[in-house]
Amino acid sequence: MDEIFGIPAPLLFGQLLLGLINGAFYAMLSLGLAVIFGLLNIINFTHGAQFMMGAFVAWMLLAWAGVGYWGALILAPLIVGATGVVIERLMISRLYKLDHLYGLLLTFGIGLIVEGVFRNYFGSSGLPYRIPDALQGAWDLGFMFLPIYRGWVVVFSLVICLATWLVIEKTRLGAYLRAATENAPLVQAFGVNVPRMITLTYGAGVALAALAGVLAAPIYSVNPQMGTNLIIIVFAVVVIGGMGSILGSVLTGFGLGVVEGMTKVFWPEASSTVIFVIMAIVLLTRPAGLFGRA
Amino acid sequence: MNLNRRSLFAAGTAAAAIAPLSRARAQANTIRIGVMNDQSGPYRDIGGPNGVTMAQIAAQEFGNRGFTVEVIGADHQNKPDVGANLARQWFDQGVDMVLDVPTSSVGLAVNQVAREKNKVYINVGAATADLTGPQCSPVTAHWVYDTYMLAKSTGGAMVRAGGKKWFFITADYAFGHALERDTSNFVRAAGGTVAGAVRYPFPATTDFSSFLLQAQASRAEVIGLCNAGQDTINSIKQAAEFGLTRRGVKIAALLMFIADVHALGLEQGQGLVMTESFYWDLNDRTRAFSRRVQPRLNNRQMPNMVTAGNYSATLHFLKAVADMGVPAAKASGVEIMNRMKAMPVEDEAFGQGTLRQDGRMMIPSYLWEVKKPSESTGPWDYLKLLQTTPADEAWRPLSEGGCPLVRS
Repeated sequence: MDEIFGIPAPLLFGQLLLGLINGAFYAMLSLGLAVIFGLLNIINFTHGAQFMMGAFVAWMLLAWAGVGYWGALILAPLIVGATGVVIERLMISRLYKLDHLYGLLLTFGIGLIVEGVFRNYFGSSGLPYRIPDALQGAWDLGFMFLPIYRGWVVVFSLVICLATWLVIEKTRLGAYLRAATENAPLVQAFGVNVPRMITLTYGAGVALAALAGVLAAPIYSVNPQMGTNLIIIVFAVVVIGGMGSILGSVLTGFGLGVVEGMTKVFWPEASSTVIFVIMAIVLLTRPAGLFGRA
Repeated sequence: MNLNRRSLFAAGTAAAAIAPLSRARAQANTIRIGVMNDQSGPYRDIGGPNGVTMAQIAAQEFGNRGFTVEVIGADHQNKPDVGANLARQWFDQGVDMVLDVPTSSVGLAVNQVAREKNKVYINVGAATADLTGPQCSPVTAHWVYDTYMLAKSTGGAMVRAGGKKWFFITADYAFGHALERDTSNFVRAAGGTVAGAVRYPFPATTDFSSFLLQAQASRAEVIGLCNAGQDTINSIKQAAEFGLTRRGVKIAALLMFIADVHALGLEQGQGLVMTESFYWDLNDRTRAFSRRVQPRLNNRQMPNMVTAGNYSATLHFLKAVADMGVPAAKASGVEIMNRMKAMPVEDEAFGQGTLRQDGRMMIPSYLWEVKKPSESTGPWDYLKLLQTTPADEAWRPLSEGGCPLVRS
């Protein structure tokens, strides 16, 4: 059998693919963060909790309303996005004139509260959620056994990332968004309702997190801590990619997923640390991030 | 009665002077139990708030036999430093016994503090068999399970069923290491081999597919999961997802609780074997006990071996205190523990048991198989008994533990 660095080649290919799959989650989550930070200048620490809410809403839809995976894929982001809109209107909107730190503290606090409420109500060990029938099974790729669902996650999140990027870079709405990021009063002077746009952007960013949550529900157990474990890594991804850079966060998400996957083969004990080591190096050499503008 | 301001003032002063006195007297006649566990993290459902409630239930059922009992609870966040500081603070504030303390790294840290302060420490939630081995202490008891017993029961059964070549996926801290070590010993002793192991960072890992694929590449017949709680659930789910189980690779969930089965669902869990020293549906006494306590537990969980163990340990501790009297009990944790070892353990949850010299509670261990969905009559009807290991065979022999107390 062919070997690369003492690891059988098929195993290595398998790990690359797994890295991409995990990267898909990093990319989708960091995308939402980047969109929110780009327009609102808020570092949304509630993101992990909103990812978790997405998974829980999918579970609730199934258990309480009989709505399956495909319905949840549309409904859960809408429902969680709507809660995001409420949070933005009621609380976050009061902080735009203050320092970043206040937004960070507020969203961090909201995240803790949401997580605590879910933990109190549902316990910590999680709830089962089935892979939808259409995506059951696996492909035998020769070098590995790829569950169809995981393949679906990668493809679907690539499509979502691409679509988000297109909307922001290539449409009129995206142009308004980018313009408002640069100079909100001027855009408002042209008759664009900037506060409403900001609210909806936050809602959309939250909906992206929830969508990732629905995607994650069948793979991980649906539990209140599922966001906490992921969100710290995702923040590192955003910092490495460059705060506010859409394309940067997507590419970095997938890239770091692969790096992490490789670490799991060569030095598994370090797999949770490697991303932070990279973050430290990037911050020292390119403080604005790999794709950020200084 | 003629009440004027002066007499009111005098009465107030007198009351203020008496209050601390009576409080001090109440303190002297109150036994305080501190339940320390994971209230907010991955192991919350194994013990958590329910662990505190079960100790409270035991205290209430024990009643007032000349002294009052107060049960308090706290979260150690799975951090050894937090746990050790909390224990120190509790003992300094007059807590007489620390109970539960899951997460082996924290369990071992608290063990040091209890020994130094000469206070009773009953560990229920942590797995490491070192608590009654090299780290054993004259104030410490280990109540319902340990890594040796799990390895012997679950690991032994898997090897007997023909799983000779093992690969371990291990949480990288004291518990995972101890469980991997004890299981490897049984595998090798039975003529099996260990093809490899990965140690993953705890608690920051959610995706186990990479490790599962490494296990598969090693061509192991059995994947031993040396982890607990959510990590175990995720590992099992993902092993099924990647087709390992369908290709005949067996999963040995070396530590699994009924709460985990509840979370996993029978469809994914069916056929797994696991070891617990308590199951609510074991016999008439456990059924009566569980039905009585279940309405008081969070999320209407059924008691598992850890929460039931908190009940059992609290009860036995209080019996020993009542037997020797509060002043003597307050004076020395070693003396209480000696009294506990001299008295037979008897309660509804575990039946009869004895507390061995090294602090090991001797009760039978049970090997269970997770039922098929068709075999279950509803929530919590999850396990069927495969095998009972009697108390004198379930645990590591006294001579092999390396406990310094035994030599003396």
